Amino acid sequence: MRRLDKLLFGAGLALAATGTATSANAAEIVIGMQCDRTGPTQTVGTFLCPGYHDYVNLVNSRGGIEGHTIRVMEIDHEYKVPAGVEAYALHKKEGAVLISLYGTPHTQALTQKLTEDKTPGTSPGFGTAAAANGENFPYIFPIAASYWSQAAAGLEYVRTQVGGDLKGKKIAYIYYDNPAGREPLPVLHKLRDRLGYELREFAVPPPGIEMSAQVLDITRRYRADFVLAHLFGRAPSVSMKEFKRAGYPLEKVLGFVWGGGEADIAAAGGFDRVEGYSAMQFAGVGSDYPVLDEIREMYKAQGKDAPKEMESTVYYNRGVFAAAIHLKAIENAVKAKDSGDITGEDVKNGMEQIKGFTLGGLVPPMEINGFDHEGGGWVRIFQVQGSKFVPTTDWFQGYRDTVVELLKADASRQ
Amino acid sequence: MFHRESGYYKTTYKGDMAFYPLPVGRWSVALLGVFFLVVVPLFLDPYYLSVLCLIAIAIVGALGLNILLGYTGQISIGHAAFMSVGAYTAANLITKLDWPFWLAVPSGGVMAAAIGVLVGIPSLRIKGLYLAIATLAAQFIIEWVINHTPAISGGVQASIEVPRPTFFGEKLDTEVELYYFLMAFAVIAIIATMNLVRSRIGRAFIAIRDQDIAAEIIGINVFRYKLYAFAISSFYAGVAGVLYTYYLSIANYEQFLIVVSIDYLAMVIIGGLGSVLGSVFGAVFVTLLPIVIRIFMDTFGAFFFDPVILAQVTAQFRLILFGLLIIVFLVVEPEGLNRLWLNIRNYFRIWPFSY
Repeated sequence: MRRLDKLLFGAGLALAATGTATSANAAEIVIGMQCDRTGPTQTVGTFLCPGYHDYVNLVNSRGGIEGHTIRVMEIDHEYKVPAGVEAYALHKKEGAVLISLYGTPHTQALTQKLTEDKTPGTSPGFGTAAAANGENFPYIFPIAASYWSQAAAGLEYVRTQVGGDLKGKKIAYIYYDNPAGREPLPVLHKLRDRLGYELREFAVPPPGIEMSAQVLDITRRYRADFVLAHLFGRAPSVSMKEFKRAGYPLEKVLGFVWGGGEADIAAAGGFDRVEGYSAMQFAGVGSDYPVLDEIREMYKAQGKDAPKEMESTVYYNRGVFAAAIHLKAIENAVKAKDSGDITGEDVKNGMEQIKGFTLGGLVPPMEINGFDHEGGGWVRIFQVQGSKFVPTTDWFQGYRDTVVELLKADASRQ
Repeated sequence: MFHRESGYYKTTYKGDMAFYPLPVGRWSVALLGVFFLVVVPLFLDPYYLSVLCLIAIAIVGALGLNILLGYTGQISIGHAAFMSVGAYTAANLITKLDWPFWLAVPSGGVMAAAIGVLVGIPSLRIKGLYLAIATLAAQFIIEWVINHTPAISGGVQASIEVPRPTFFGEKLDTEVELYYFLMAFAVIAIIATMNLVRSRIGRAFIAIRDQDIAAEIIGINVFRYKLYAFAISSFYAGVAGVLYTYYLSIANYEQFLIVVSIDYLAMVIIGGLGSVLGSVFGAVFVTLLPIVIRIFMDTFGAFFFDPVILAQVTAQFRLILFGLLIIVFLVVEPEGLNRLWLNIRNYFRIWPFSY
């Protein structure tokens, strides 16, 4: 029984700790942040979330937003949906005015609740493409190019690479066989009718580490002029290796936004092995942005070294990107209300006023409004050149009219 | 002490059949009922209610798995897949035919039961680990079929949005209303299971678990009862899936991946195989433990770690503690939390006069 007593005592201690949890301060503005540092997408979360915190700390170290401190409540949900639902309920209890979502299933599971509670949630790089329609999903903000916009922008890039006209060109679309992987298909089909290219789809079953058959099919039988690769997890690095082995020029492979992190390149054998591979990005890549210098200086002023997460610039910068947009929306809300006592609705309105906020090139020239919650669907292509990512384009959009048409069609369907 | 047992005689069959023959049992259950149905929803913050809602759903699912694994001794690693069958069936019926919840919930369960019987057929020939692999295959097949059949999954995103349930014209959309809604099903599931396991079917399940050849010799049709077990277990899973769909307003296959099946297995094993109360304990334990550890780390972690790396440490430490605590509990009491509870109860039964 004594062992049991100890166990019960421990449980009692933990319960007592619940009661002592701090309550929200009036001067604080609370952001609820979900993250995955231990689950299947930890290779992204362990870099993205520190970036988010660093930017918020930077703003707080300068006195916050109009004097209000920002408190970020991070909860790691291991990419499990019930844990994400519980995290959201806790954030709501703590008075969060904005939720930084993490993961497509979580975004979908919380869409209804966020709308009922009038609390905006952001889903950069995941969630449903249709959610970019703000009239249909008033409280969901993708704030970055959706898979639809990425597909359209990818085709626009392919057009410039194959001589200015897609007519009759053979395009291969290799994708991870899950809903996110299939999501761009409507855009690819619609643009095929409009631009007259040939399209063949190659599904890679999860977990996406075996695709030699598909790659051989693309390179030998179909002889694609260009390859669009929409893969996740370990799959992007495998695809780079396979295309390399098949002797296909990597300059003709374009990855979607989850196929171009430093970790993917490292897993494929390093930068010198995949020279020419390029991927779309919705936040700037690299270390040469003024805001990153400021974060490094903040650490220096505290007598610390800059965190090693900063070296993984693709995902770290996306964390900074998300935090910057969030704080800009909150700043708009605070200014509009002239007080720190803002609600989720105020932040939503603040979000819909974001325009011309580029943070020294890290953020695309997006313009979020009542209809367009992805801010225009801007991407930028970064290519592996000489052991680093080099931008080969400026920020651009592709076939925006077709994407908007699909967004509106999706709205009328519901 | 409180548990005075002498002096109560059963003079009717009804008295003998009662769940709680002793007044102290009846009173404590009644008190618990009042606490959870009146006190909790009135005085608790919606956050705690939402945690209880998740627990209520987990209880229904865990009971189903316990019937199969704990009572009949047939292992299944495809429990989450049956939940997804129920979820998508109900989601389609609700959105396409406007079915109310009192039709959608059981039909989700029935569909899951039908698929469960199909998956259970190999259980006649194979046992143990081999059956585990067969049910694992079911998990992947069901996932694949849902994923590649737009008629079921509702399009490329494989998710169907579902409106909130309505009860006599009242839309159940606040946390309190959803709490009652889910709790009602959890209570029905608990009572149904308690009755099931002491019925003819339940006793047949237990006989098959203990020794299937002996069960066959005494006249139990093993094949039929194994399929019953799969059907009933999958029915519970399907209902849990529908409840989940209602609670989140969306059916999405990514909510029912293999990890969820493993979570349910953990619930049943930690709670106690072959016990109704154990399923409840397991569902509570597995849902609450990460939350309690996180609160613990949030409160005390700042004393030990730099705030910059605290978030990272918390996340990792939580996983380690979770695994560690499960091992500790299993070592302290391999028969699960239910046995632990019985030990406590038996200790106080004769307290303070031990022996």
